[in-house]
Amino acid sequence: MIDHRNPPGIFARLYGRTGWFLFVAALAVFCVLVPILNLALPANSFLHLPDYWVALIGKIMCYAILALAMDMVWGYTGILSLGHGIFFALGGYALGMYLMREIGHDGVYHSDLPDFMVFLDWKAYPWYWKGTGNFLYAMVLVLLAPAALALFFGFFAFRSRIKGVYFSIITQALTVALMLLFFRNETGFGGNNGFTDFKRILGYPIATPGTRMVLFVTTALTMLGMLLVLRYVVTSKFGRILMAIRDAESRLMFTGYNPLLYKLAIWTFSAMIAGLAGALYVPQVGIINPGEMASGNSIEIAIWTAVGGRGTLVGALIGAFIVNGAKSWFTQAFPDYWLYFLGALFVLTTLFLPKGVMGLIDKARARS
Amino acid sequence: MRKILPALIGLAILVLCSPAQAFDQATATALSVGDSDTRIEALNKVIAAGDAAALPFLERLIGDSVKTSGDKVFVVDGDKAVDPVTGKPAELPSDADDVVNSNRMRNEITAAISVLQLSSPDRAVRLVAAQSLQSGDADESKLPLVKAAEAKEKDPQIRDMLGQVEANIELTSSDKSLRLAAVKMLAESSSPNVKEMLSSRFAPDGEADPEVKTAIAAAIKSVEARLSRYELVAQVFTGVSLASILLLAALGLAITYGLMGIINMAHGELMMIGAYSTYVVQNLFRAYLPDAFQFYLVAALPVAFLVTAGVGMAIERLVLRHLYGRSLETLLATWGISLFLMQLVRTIFGAQNVGVENPGWMSGSVSLAASLVLPYNRIIIIGFSVAVLGFMWYLLTKTRLGLFVRAVTQNRTMARCVGVPTARIDTMAFGLGSGIAGLAGVALSQIGNVGPDLGQHYIVNCFMVVVLGGVGQLAGTVLASLGLGIVSKFLEGVTGAVIAEIMVLVFVVVFIQRRPQGLFAMTGRSAEA
Repeated sequence: MIDHRNPPGIFARLYGRTGWFLFVAALAVFCVLVPILNLALPANSFLHLPDYWVALIGKIMCYAILALAMDMVWGYTGILSLGHGIFFALGGYALGMYLMREIGHDGVYHSDLPDFMVFLDWKAYPWYWKGTGNFLYAMVLVLLAPAALALFFGFFAFRSRIKGVYFSIITQALTVALMLLFFRNETGFGGNNGFTDFKRILGYPIATPGTRMVLFVTTALTMLGMLLVLRYVVTSKFGRILMAIRDAESRLMFTGYNPLLYKLAIWTFSAMIAGLAGALYVPQVGIINPGEMASGNSIEIAIWTAVGGRGTLVGALIGAFIVNGAKSWFTQAFPDYWLYFLGALFVLTTLFLPKGVMGLIDKARARS
Repeated sequence: MRKILPALIGLAILVLCSPAQAFDQATATALSVGDSDTRIEALNKVIAAGDAAALPFLERLIGDSVKTSGDKVFVVDGDKAVDPVTGKPAELPSDADDVVNSNRMRNEITAAISVLQLSSPDRAVRLVAAQSLQSGDADESKLPLVKAAEAKEKDPQIRDMLGQVEANIELTSSDKSLRLAAVKMLAESSSPNVKEMLSSRFAPDGEADPEVKTAIAAAIKSVEARLSRYELVAQVFTGVSLASILLLAALGLAITYGLMGIINMAHGELMMIGAYSTYVVQNLFRAYLPDAFQFYLVAALPVAFLVTAGVGMAIERLVLRHLYGRSLETLLATWGISLFLMQLVRTIFGAQNVGVENPGWMSGSVSLAASLVLPYNRIIIIGFSVAVLGFMWYLLTKTRLGLFVRAVTQNRTMARCVGVPTARIDTMAFGLGSGIAGLAGVALSQIGNVGPDLGQHYIVNCFMVVVLGGVGQLAGTVLASLGLGIVSKFLEGVTGAVIAEIMVLVFVVVFIQRRPQGLFAMTGRSAEA
């Protein structure tokens, strides 16, 4: 607990000594060790980290950022969103538009327009593609597109005091509706196939080891930076109000707070983080399509957070790494058993591990 | 009189002429040799005679397997030739030429064949003939025969069609009163063909007489009005059909979510298991009771109900029981169960869709008008959903179990105090909801693909129905599914299926914002859990 009359320093407020040690260790691993092991060591070296692993860890880090966003709304505020996959995909699509324009004339048809537009016999970019050739504008869009949707949807939902499962189901309906919309060719986002075959980012070829490593380190910095920012948020007074909303919203209202503003703020902020995660994800994975918006994906985000431990932030990161690591191992080793495992994970976590892995760690620490 | 007189004339023609004008060598020659005008004249003579014996020859003629050499006519069959009248083999002269049929000739021959076929004893042949006459343009020379055929015809559908054919012919008659009568008769029609035909007569190069022209205009309007009315009925029907499916799928949820407050994301998978139970029962019937195969669906109902109810009760006992009061966790756990069940079915039955056959009594359709055809399986499913609704209503309001379920819903503690075994009631109620999902699965197996992800297509819509209808309200569920079904079918007509689905989802989301408690609010003190 933090004594607000006698506030501790900012460092002490975020994490204790062990926490900071682990944080710096993680920072060193992701930003120094991985680049060295991957780039500096020769490919036949025992310690060389293959590109495959860099790509995989990079992808999982994007998921981890997404899990952080989920933890803020679900773990701290008690709003279970089944629509965060949409915000993630929107961010991805926003940057994808920029990446599509960066292809330039190198597409199959060597046209000014992306291949799928040529295929649809379109003559010009639709209005919402305007300006997406500018990287900075695209990055603004990465944050604003999810934020606008979240603000609009959240305002009406929270104003009508829709909460709990009701809210979850409605976010799921929204997810399905948007997915159907993006599957259409006429929507102007490449339909089924989405965006792919990217060539460059900021003028650099996108698939070289160097570019990939820059993207990797950027993702790692974003993930760890976001962890600190969110830790700052949840240890602030604002964060305590969020937890009060989660635990006793009516009481909070009766003490004079308006939960609408707080919920709306964290909901929109969380959507922006999800969008950012999507924007980091797309150049690393090299494709974005409406499949990312499937309602199953959004629900999976919740299980990452739950496995790691809700309302702990670090737990979200751990959960994302455990579940997605298991996923890539299973889908290679026993593809038929992955869904059994995932299904069991959902059931067993909710039944026996309500506090997730972090809860186990806490218990072990309390015993020792 | 109007019907009898032509009939008598037709009969007279048939009786008088048929024996006299039997198909002979001279007719065959006249039909095959010469220019189109003389051949058509010969054709009209055959028609006037109503000579069914000429049918096989005409069919060969249109099939381009007739050759001529001078006045001799041969029907060619591969490399053999036969005499068209006697059917005896004949020597094909080396100078034999193919009979060439112009397009006009072809139309004439086709019409003649159809007219002659109208006297066939086989209903299917007559039906096809009448259809072809209806779509082609028959001229006045066929009128007597068509009238004679109409008088003899017993099948109401074919008789109606023949009446239309007559009217078609009479439309171009030189007698104004005949034309007017024809227009009046056609105005009663509800076939899109008729509308097209009338419009073509209405065109500048068609009807010249102003009186007939106004009559045609009025007739077109009345046919159009009828057509659009039928279209409306058809749309309402498909809407109700979709609604019945939504209702079936959502009724189970109305118990588990509506009454018990359990978010069961595996509801769709329970339906899927119901559909697979149908598949298994079907295969068992095919293997052991092939004679009773028609009735496998009836046997599948209790099987699907019991299997899914069993699975549901197991889920409730093993998992949900421990999560009561934690609805978000319930949501996640049941989602996990749904993944598990899907993969289980994939392991057992394979990832591909399996084939479930409609029994004979479910295929086919009832045709109310040319543009209004209602398939039996849809009608039966509408009836079935009403039956399931009635079954549920009875269970919930008239039985002890229903009483207990409602008691536990309203006030769990008090119910326990007066001796209701709440834990067992929870299990039973969840089993009931699951079993109804299984029944829905049986219905779904009859109209769509049965595959491991069958349930995924329905789950979101199911929740929309229950949420829209208002939690805990059967009437709301019914109304919501009807509304969603009909609205989405109408939208589909305007915007296409995908946009319609998006619009419906957005509509529900907006609606819930305006009225969070759904169409029918639960009255009582449970303001907030």
